[in-house]
Amino acid sequence: MFDAKTIFGRLSLESFPIHEPILLITFAVVALGGLGVLGAITKFKLWGYLWREWFTTVDHKKIGIMYFILGIVMLLRGFADAVMMRLQQAMAFGANEGYLPPHHYDQIFTAHGTIMIFFVAIPLVSGVINFVMPLQIGARDVAFPYLNSLSFWLTAAGAGLVMVSLFVGEFSTAGWLNYVPVANLENSPGVGPDYYLWALQIAGIGTTLSALNMVTTVIKMRAPGMTMMKMPVFTWTAFCSQVLAVAIFPVLTGAFAMLMLDRYVGTNFFTNDLGGNPMMYWNLVWLWGHPEVYVLILPVFGIYSEVTSTFTGKRLFGYSSMVYATVVITILSYLVWLHHFFTMGSGASVNSFFGIATMVIAIPTGAKIFNWLFTMYRGEIRFELPMMWVIAFMLTFVVGGMTGVLLAVPPADFVLHNSLFLVAHFHNVIIGGVVFGLFAGIEYWFPKAFGYKLDKFWGKVHFWGWVIGYWVAWTPIYIVGLMGTTRRVHHFDDPTLQPWFIVAAIGAGIILIGIIGFIVGLVVSYRKRDQLRVGDDPWEGRTLEWSTTSPPPSYNFAFTPVVHDLDAWYDMKSRGYAHPAEGFRPVHMPRNTGTAIIQAGLAAVLGFGMIWYIWWLAVAAFVALIAVTIWHSFDYNRDYDIPAEEVARVSREKLSYLDINYAPEPALLPAPRTGTAAPAGA
Amino acid sequence: MGLDILSNVRADGTSLLGHSMKSLSHFPVRCSLAVALCALLLAGCERAVFNPAGDIARQQRDLIVISTGLMLLIIVPVMVLIVVFAWRYRKGKGGTYDPNFDHSTTLELAIWSAPLLIIIALGALTWSSTHLLDPFRPLDRKATALEGKAQNSQALRVQVVSLDWKWLFIYPDLGIATVNDLVLPIDREVRFDITSSNMMNTFYAPTMAGMIYAMPGMQSTLHAALDRPVDSFGLSGNYSGAGFSGMRFRIRGVTDQQFAGWVNGARASGRSLDTATYLRLVKPSERVPSMLFSVGDKDLFRRIVERCVEPGKPCMGDVMAKDMGHGGGHGTMPPGRGSAPPHGDKPEGAIFKSPEEKGTGANVTKPTDPRKAPGVTKPGDDANRNMT
Amino acid sequence: MATIAPDASFDRDTFHLIEKEGHDHGSAHASPVLLGFWIYLMSDALIFASLFATYGVLSTSFAGGPGPRDLFDLELVAVNTAILLVSSITYGFGMLAMDKGGVRAVQGWLALTALLGMSFVAIELFEFGTLIAEGATPQRSGFLSAFFTLVATHGLHVTVGIIWIGIMLVQVGKHGLNVVNRRRLTCLSMFWHFLDVVWIGVFSFVYLLGMLR
Repeated sequence: MFDAKTIFGRLSLESFPIHEPILLITFAVVALGGLGVLGAITKFKLWGYLWREWFTTVDHKKIGIMYFILGIVMLLRGFADAVMMRLQQAMAFGANEGYLPPHHYDQIFTAHGTIMIFFVAIPLVSGVINFVMPLQIGARDVAFPYLNSLSFWLTAAGAGLVMVSLFVGEFSTAGWLNYVPVANLENSPGVGPDYYLWALQIAGIGTTLSALNMVTTVIKMRAPGMTMMKMPVFTWTAFCSQVLAVAIFPVLTGAFAMLMLDRYVGTNFFTNDLGGNPMMYWNLVWLWGHPEVYVLILPVFGIYSEVTSTFTGKRLFGYSSMVYATVVITILSYLVWLHHFFTMGSGASVNSFFGIATMVIAIPTGAKIFNWLFTMYRGEIRFELPMMWVIAFMLTFVVGGMTGVLLAVPPADFVLHNSLFLVAHFHNVIIGGVVFGLFAGIEYWFPKAFGYKLDKFWGKVHFWGWVIGYWVAWTPIYIVGLMGTTRRVHHFDDPTLQPWFIVAAIGAGIILIGIIGFIVGLVVSYRKRDQLRVGDDPWEGRTLEWSTTSPPPSYNFAFTPVVHDLDAWYDMKSRGYAHPAEGFRPVHMPRNTGTAIIQAGLAAVLGFGMIWYIWWLAVAAFVALIAVTIWHSFDYNRDYDIPAEEVARVSREKLSYLDINYAPEPALLPAPRTGTAAPAGA
Repeated sequence: MGLDILSNVRADGTSLLGHSMKSLSHFPVRCSLAVALCALLLAGCERAVFNPAGDIARQQRDLIVISTGLMLLIIVPVMVLIVVFAWRYRKGKGGTYDPNFDHSTTLELAIWSAPLLIIIALGALTWSSTHLLDPFRPLDRKATALEGKAQNSQALRVQVVSLDWKWLFIYPDLGIATVNDLVLPIDREVRFDITSSNMMNTFYAPTMAGMIYAMPGMQSTLHAALDRPVDSFGLSGNYSGAGFSGMRFRIRGVTDQQFAGWVNGARASGRSLDTATYLRLVKPSERVPSMLFSVGDKDLFRRIVERCVEPGKPCMGDVMAKDMGHGGGHGTMPPGRGSAPPHGDKPEGAIFKSPEEKGTGANVTKPTDPRKAPGVTKPGDDANRNMT
Repeated sequence: MATIAPDASFDRDTFHLIEKEGHDHGSAHASPVLLGFWIYLMSDALIFASLFATYGVLSTSFAGGPGPRDLFDLELVAVNTAILLVSSITYGFGMLAMDKGGVRAVQGWLALTALLGMSFVAIELFEFGTLIAEGATPQRSGFLSAFFTLVATHGLHVTVGIIWIGIMLVQVGKHGLNVVNRRRLTCLSMFWHFLDVVWIGVFSFVYLLGMLR
């Protein structure tokens, strides 16, 4: 009755890489390293601290930092995949088959794309939005703090499942969107596509919840006086991006659910026979996929705007046209998904419509570039690291934009579709756009999060490694793409292409230097934190996050700020605002809760049970998940007050505005006054 | 090299595209895109996309060049301005500092209209070129290099089937078929009807024309022609599983006499492509050497598209006709709820599997058994089930 | 957390608020919850939209199997539709009772709504059972896959709604009609009416149109 298949499903010894020395060693290293970390945590008695301060936290800043840690860890994994691909393609010419069998190589490019988008870019963008946006709008937390923690842990659970697939079983081989027919049950009966579907379904729900949380926060939690057209640009772009996310992730959830039904129940949504329609899957995933690009890039555009404005010491040029451009991009991004498959023969008129709609997006994007350009015009540009990233971005991104528009011309796309030119294009906009921007954001807001700046030398290693590495790695890929080389190829017949791929592999090596520079920079900065410590407003910031302490207290602001100007903090500084020394009130805040991490853990177990056909485990995890959720709803006592004395103590001890280096010349300012008054309308 | 390109540029000048290409043909440098993008690219000019042997591919290449040129009109000044502003307004170098310069209606109008103008031009180009180069559209003979050259006005039909993982080409009018070997007479229009047995691939011969998807249960079309003798390659552009990388075929453009000789050779090859052979051929295999067949079964391609090559499997067309009668409202209602039994042997959904049927989710990063079909890479290996 | 309207006017020199001591925090949370829940419903509507779109594409892919006219029992579905519509009305009465503050009345109306919901689900399961017994399983054709998935997804939502009503019955009994419970009842109300709206779409798009075609 209870045979091995019932208990373990399709899990068996064969599911572990016991025959594969490289993987076994990796596994041993990871396992030992993991045990080492766990041991260290136990030895230094950090479990209680981690559980209380981090795992159960509902503080948007800590959740933002955890998103950031998740994103960086997964970046290392995704980059390892990239290096393996570059090595394979640099080797596998003519008689040389390279070092990876096709099945393994296919898993690697699938995992690389999946991880880089879903578990690097999305967590990093979510992390920055989580950390910065509530501070920028002068809120004390997001609208739904518990939901925020659940969103993060669901994303982490999805990432965990992907990581498990490295050592237990295999990952999908069907490309980063798990395309049918390759991912159909007939063609891929193994666990790979199931890992993909469950990991992304769990993480996707997290992303949807996070997005609706952020949208509600922007609409409902803004500081008094902050009308929509006085919102900082980053908040605007985050808002548009998250509106977009709420609107597209359900479509992906629906598409994945149908593919799951195909695989688990045997329905005929995307099958070749019995009335199924594989094209439907392509339409649904790209209906998600194209706007997703803008979910990632819009907030990053916001980061560039904030950084440019701060480091040129100027108001952003063309704020309102920036906002309109963002909104226009948000809307247009829905109307272009078909450009991902012009070559399926939709007919000339349909293709031209979608091609031209795609090009139209270049207009607001171009306007944005010009706006940054004219923000620099007549500015006083300080070339700190965040600003260097902005310049590198602008020079890199315009090329990516140009090749993107080129790909939107359908007849040109017939030649370039699925080529390495296309691959180079989207790496150009994602690395040169999203990744550079995230690094700019990390350099820029790091002092706000931790109270000290990142080390400058290692920051430059990081910067030059990535920028030079990007160009060395991807220029040859553009070129071989133009020569008609297609993507996802495991082995090439034509040896004359090999030099290009060797150059690309060298580029990946240079990027590795950049990544090492970043990681070392984090460690070095932590060790030198006392030398690198700065005040609350180290960059001469212009928006509200710079008005509170670094790092901010759990409640962000002792007093809810009142906003009069777009650059609210600049306005306050230039009109001589001083932090009040008294009048503190208790602050009402949500309590930490461990429910979210438990729920996410159960969701991961449910996914694991389903992937391996261990039905009893899946049912048990599902029932437990429902039970925990219901149990949580019976907890009515979720808030507490931080006493006024505590708020007063923190403010008096930590706020450094009055003695920071960049404070405007005292002589130029009117006498400080503490503007405390009840709101006129209240 | 440069001259034959110039002479082959369409000369009617009736369309916008024609105009642009005409003017383009006056450029002395053959690879203006390459020069513009990067000098390194010069090497790329020798390659398939930039060395077309067919008019469609040539027009597509020219379109890439023109669009890139149009966009460089705005990209280059922007890049220059970025560097100039970044240099000129850096702190401490005494550039004008105006912290409140944040709005200028004139400037913002220019900011929006400059990209707008480029996109309008590009949009017009897109509209006309997309229609002109629509793969479904028979070649406009007057507008192409075929004019005056073509002896045979009838387009040659070739039926393309992507199998796992090789290409089957059927010449229905000539009664022959090949695997991984496409031979075409030059200066003659060819109409490709394209489908797939299982996976989605793209049919892509870079020297001849851009790629088109090959999809199971569907038929797509491409019109193209070769206009000079060429011995090149074609491939699938869309990842379709383990054997995808080896899914390449040889494409040759030959003279009419050579073509006729080749056809006779194929007919005499002694192997016939019938249902049984096709069903052996359709099984997954990799890097299959080229094969020649004579074809007796004129109906094979239709049955592949309608997914009814296997004996006893109903064709999609028949099923749809029956469905129309069912739900269509105009036909007669079938008695009771009778319906045809499902066809095919689709695997059962996972939750219906008994424990024994669950199989094992192996960790397949281990090297695969070289004797097993997926993963075999040696051309000519028995495991590739070549038909010899 | 401050809930002062962003457009409230302030003195030019007022740079921060002094919150009043001990203001009602519960009500301060109310508005984001309702808006957030509304946004959730919109995203849920998009899941239904993708299922509807898929159904639209596959609605004639019978693959030789049975079509709508062979399968649908319109009278049964009409009865079911009526039951669901009535359950929306009874929930509405429950909300009216909530405004009046009658705990018992609220519980009574909620229980009645749950009963109607359960009969809806029961009839739907009966319909599914009949179809499957006749061989019209979700595996039979693309049309049947899309049909079962769309209708069952709605049924699953109704089931969740019933469980939620059960929880609310207990919570209202335990804590009365406090701010939190009122807010939850309002969210549940939106959820329940939303399911009604979706069902009207299912009924007309799947059943009526299927019979007409």
